[in-house]
Amino acid sequence: MIRFDGVSKSYSRTMRPALNSVSIEILKGEFVFLVGASGSGKSSFLRLVLREETPSTGTIHVLGERLNTLSSRKVPYFRRNLGVVFQDFRLLPNKNVFDNVAFTLQVIGKSKGFIQEAVPDVLKMVGLAGKSNRFPHELSGGEQQRVAIARAIVNKPAILLADEPTGNLDPATSAGIMTLLERINLGGTTVLMATHDAGIVDQMKRRVIELISGQIVRDERKGGYQTQAIPIQRLEEEEQSAALSSVTTELPDDASTVMWRRPAVEPEEAPQ
Amino acid sequence: MRLGLIMGEVGSGLRRNVSMVISVILVTFISLTFVGVAILMQMQIGQMKGYWYDRAQVAIYLCTSVDTTGNCSQAEATKGQIAAVKTQLDSPALKPFVQKYEFETHAQAYKNFQDQFSNSPIAGFVTPETLNESFRVNLKDPTQADILIESISGLAGVQNVEDQRGYLDQIFSVLNAASYTAIGVAVLMLVAAVLLIATTIRLSAFSRRRELGIMRLVGASNRFIQTPFILEGVFAALIGSVLAGLAIVGIVQFFVQGYLTKALQSTTTLVGVSDALIVVPILIVLGIALAAASAGVAISRYLKV
Repeated sequence: MIRFDGVSKSYSRTMRPALNSVSIEILKGEFVFLVGASGSGKSSFLRLVLREETPSTGTIHVLGERLNTLSSRKVPYFRRNLGVVFQDFRLLPNKNVFDNVAFTLQVIGKSKGFIQEAVPDVLKMVGLAGKSNRFPHELSGGEQQRVAIARAIVNKPAILLADEPTGNLDPATSAGIMTLLERINLGGTTVLMATHDAGIVDQMKRRVIELISGQIVRDERKGGYQTQAIPIQRLEEEEQSAALSSVTTELPDDASTVMWRRPAVEPEEAPQ
Repeated sequence: MRLGLIMGEVGSGLRRNVSMVISVILVTFISLTFVGVAILMQMQIGQMKGYWYDRAQVAIYLCTSVDTTGNCSQAEATKGQIAAVKTQLDSPALKPFVQKYEFETHAQAYKNFQDQFSNSPIAGFVTPETLNESFRVNLKDPTQADILIESISGLAGVQNVEDQRGYLDQIFSVLNAASYTAIGVAVLMLVAAVLLIATTIRLSAFSRRRELGIMRLVGASNRFIQTPFILEGVFAALIGSVLAGLAIVGIVQFFVQGYLTKALQSTTTLVGVSDALIVVPILIVLGIALAAASAGVAISRYLKV
């Protein structure tokens, strides 16, 4: 479904690559969290999947298309198979809920009849059945995000990309959005979600890919926001050299946060 | 459905920056009017050339008793000298080039002179004797006057051989300069028009960048995205070029036919409305093509995926 082979992405202004030889495969129907600090390369990853950027090196396959060689004329048709949701919703303020969702279908040339049928269906699915005539500014944040999700999935995409969809929402509303995304995933859509929300990731127990400084440091089935196992070698070395530090490794969640992150940032220093 | 949607986009784009659209209309209007005037002027020159070159003659002026220039020495050209010129014109060397010729006597020259300068005090001073007798030669090909000038001007009793096209060429060069000036102004204005259209389209795209972003995200094809913008530019330019066409027809109808024809009293033919109607489609096509090209270039950077 999505496959990265040794993908690096450098932006011309900075020396450090946004992604550094990333290789990963995401299968059909998976629900994947992409976690990592700001600037760790999550957004670059999503932009590469969307073909908003092309990789500096390495190859990317999405939905059977090799994105490196996909001609820019074919990119729009490729994107019709992807849905995207953002933290800031990106709704059109001068269109009501129905028209915001219908706009997607209009610009890819769907018939009026199809739009009249598909849009109420998808609004019902996201729980906005009675609000099709509202304007975005009349809706709460959660409702606006539901409109954005409706817009992303109305064309029944194979992949849904979500860039911090709960970033602007309170926990209760976020839970509602996650239930919705889960339901979409159960329908067979692959969901790839970048997030900072530890609570959500821990609760959902789905595949977690963690990026640090453009490198994948963790790819865990049924993982949490922070890892339970401690896979980094340096900690073990530290354990041996300093017996005191073993105390922290026994504490599972919060205390280990700082400890296990440090080594991945500077892996070259590890062997001494 | 899609056509309606695109038209709706065009309409909202035009409404959103009315002032820019009006300036595009005005600039294309003025620039294309200059283009039209330049084309009409070239047509006028062509027509005048056709008309006058047929009538232009080579005049062989013979000596009078007062002339000292040419081959004259204050002696009237003798009958023998006149006959020699006539023989020369009839000779096998010149005959193939000459269509016809006439001999103008002192009396005829005087009469023509009096007609021409009837309102001028100069008419009172001349006498028939001071006006040259002349041969008026019509050539088969007016451009071959040099042959005649060379072979005749050396003959005794000939004061001067003159190709009347020389006078016309001066008029034509003045008209030519005027039409080149018009073209120069038109080119400058067209450059301004093209840049203005590009700016207008950029502004329009900028004010709709949210929609454009979403369109690109959900996979609207490039053609679908750019068509409304190109149509917007074409629409504004179309109005401008139609106005320019009307202006050109108006100029020909009211200024050339209405005023100039009366003022010049049909001494020459002037361009008519039928000529103007040839120019109008040229202007419209030019306006549309320029607008489409510049709008297409302006919007292309919003299409990079």
